[in-house]
Amino acid sequence: MASILLQSPVLKPRSVIRLEGLQRRYQMGAQFIDALHCVDLEIQKNEYVAIMGQSGSGKSTLMNIIGCLDHPTAGEYWLHDERVSRMNDKQLARTRNMAIGFVFQTFNLLPRMTAFANVEVPLIYSGLNRKERLGRTNIALETVGLKDRMQHRPSELSGGQRQRVAIARALVTNPSILLADEPTGNLDSATGLEIMGLFDKLHSLGNTLIVVTHEQHIADHAQRTVRLSDGDVIEDTRL
Amino acid sequence: MLIVETIRMSLNSIQANLFRALLTMLGIIIGVAAVITMVALGTGAQRAIDAQMAALGDDILSIQSSSRFSRGVTHDSQTLTTDDAKALAIEPVHLSDVVPEIGGRLQVKYGNKNFNLSVVGTTPNYPLVHGFKLAHGEFLSAAEEASRTRAVVLGSEIPEMMEVDAAALIGQTLQIRSISFEIIGIYESKGGSGWRNPDDDLYIPLSTSQFRVTGNEFVGTISARVSDSSTIPLAMLEIERVLRREHGILPGKDNDFSIMNRKQFAESRAEATQVFKYLLAGIAGVSLVVGGIGIMNIMLVTVTERTREIGVRKALGATRGNILLQFLVESTILCLLGGLLGLALGASVSALLAKYAGWQTVVTSSSAMIAFGFSAAVGMVFGIWPAKRAAALDPIEALRYD
Ligand SMILES: Nc1ncnc2c1ncn2[C@@H]1O[C@H](COP(=O)(O)OP(=O)(O)O)[C@@H](O)[C@H]1O
Ligand SMILES: [Mg+2]
Repeated sequence: MASILLQSPVLKPRSVIRLEGLQRRYQMGAQFIDALHCVDLEIQKNEYVAIMGQSGSGKSTLMNIIGCLDHPTAGEYWLHDERVSRMNDKQLARTRNMAIGFVFQTFNLLPRMTAFANVEVPLIYSGLNRKERLGRTNIALETVGLKDRMQHRPSELSGGQRQRVAIARALVTNPSILLADEPTGNLDSATGLEIMGLFDKLHSLGNTLIVVTHEQHIADHAQRTVRLSDGDVIEDTRL
Repeated sequence: MLIVETIRMSLNSIQANLFRALLTMLGIIIGVAAVITMVALGTGAQRAIDAQMAALGDDILSIQSSSRFSRGVTHDSQTLTTDDAKALAIEPVHLSDVVPEIGGRLQVKYGNKNFNLSVVGTTPNYPLVHGFKLAHGEFLSAAEEASRTRAVVLGSEIPEMMEVDAAALIGQTLQIRSISFEIIGIYESKGGSGWRNPDDDLYIPLSTSQFRVTGNEFVGTISARVSDSSTIPLAMLEIERVLRREHGILPGKDNDFSIMNRKQFAESRAEATQVFKYLLAGIAGVSLVVGGIGIMNIMLVTVTERTREIGVRKALGATRGNILLQFLVESTILCLLGGLLGLALGASVSALLAKYAGWQTVVTSSSAMIAFGFSAAVGMVFGIWPAKRAAALDPIEALRYD
């Protein structure tokens, strides 16, 4: 960590994510809806950002664009100083695979596969061999404290355990950014706290985290809060 | 590397829904089974004809009465007689053996069992020219021919038909049209030959047949062996000249008989069988294509059902190519498994047809390979569209799909 910083004698820390005038417009019949209106945002390495806002304010839309799952209708998205809009399908897939770990509110695990196999999926697309996959998958499952459940299918796991599997899957390729869209939304508050504890741990290990939530006590885990309203950033506070 | 994982993934997803996979494969299973069975039947028929052709030899000419056409009516009359056979035996220099025969289905009685069998009246040189060998007893002799003896030699399958031990039949009597005949010999099996099985026939002296059964001088067929197969055209001319004279046919009038080289005949039959075989295989191939359309249909449903899975995989780093490969491999594996099951089914049906229907069937490795390769191709061709649709899905739309 320190060595990398020493090697780059740039005064201003390089942004991991830089959004400029980002717009995402949906057309509903003759009507246009701007899920994102004009968003400017920069996120640095090892930041822990909470994105807040009311339902429909554009949080998920923003996360999907940052996760390279969706495209803005206008504006520019720089990821590690690379323009995402210039990436082709292969490069986008590689970015989702290597640079980004995405945790969904609804877990999105593959139901017919074991926890282990679910966590292994991104590594298959990375092209790692069996042995490397085995090692990395075990480490990721260990990090989320689920090694003893790795042969269970999602249906045999509790909500909190499923979300841990999903987090392990997001971690397994060692991405530079971890994105979580309302990761505790489908969990009871005790389990939600457990998951947030896990995120705190990941942050302390040096990960860059962006977590969407509309609960203040969840946002309190982060060092920075970005508040959205009707597709615009209306507040950006650092602790 | 990735392909191994992809295959494993496909096998897992097939296994997860085994019954549906089986239904999906049904079209291919039936298609491949049909191709295998049809080709097995065709090949079997062809082998039979080949064997027959090899047995025939190309030096035997077959002379038959041909239907006469006069006053706008065809007369299906018999024109060949014993005298014709005698004349042919004496005169033409290019013929070595001449064998007249007359046959028909007659009532045969042995003990209290009744049969309707083909009884051939012929001369003693018949077994020599047609390549019969004796299993028990004796051949018909010239003396028996001369004295119109009521003696009979049996085809090899007759004892079994009568449920008697072959050797024990020698010296016994049976009734042909209520006339008693002594069984003097039993032939070795000559092997089935499609339209007529000589092992199912009874053989009696020609003179006996004409005197006691048909009551006239006519014969059905005269077989003539050509002394040298290079002189077949000359031999045919000689036969024509002799018979026209014997029958008193004026110049310019048509022959009332036909001369046929049996090998040529068999060859044209073999060709027809070949065409028939390809026709059958073609029809079966169409069912394979229909099976492929079934696969495509189910794969499209599968892609729709698994839209969310596709979204998740894309979010985790799958490229379009990865998704395309996954669904293509899945449909190809389905087709290959279907092909394998179809192969087993086709081989079993062929074996059953051979055993219970008595049809000769031959499952060749080449027909198996072709059917198998074809089903793999069907899987790829009909899998490509669903796989392309899966690959083209937008990740966020796919993730939102419910
Ligand atoms: N696929 C879509 N088509 C049309 N409108 C959409 C679509 N997705 C989101 N929206 C609209 O965009 C706005 C922001 O949605 P979203 O980003 O999901 O909000 P949040 O996650 O903050 O609740 C909402 O008004 C929503 O109705
Ligand atoms: Mg949302």
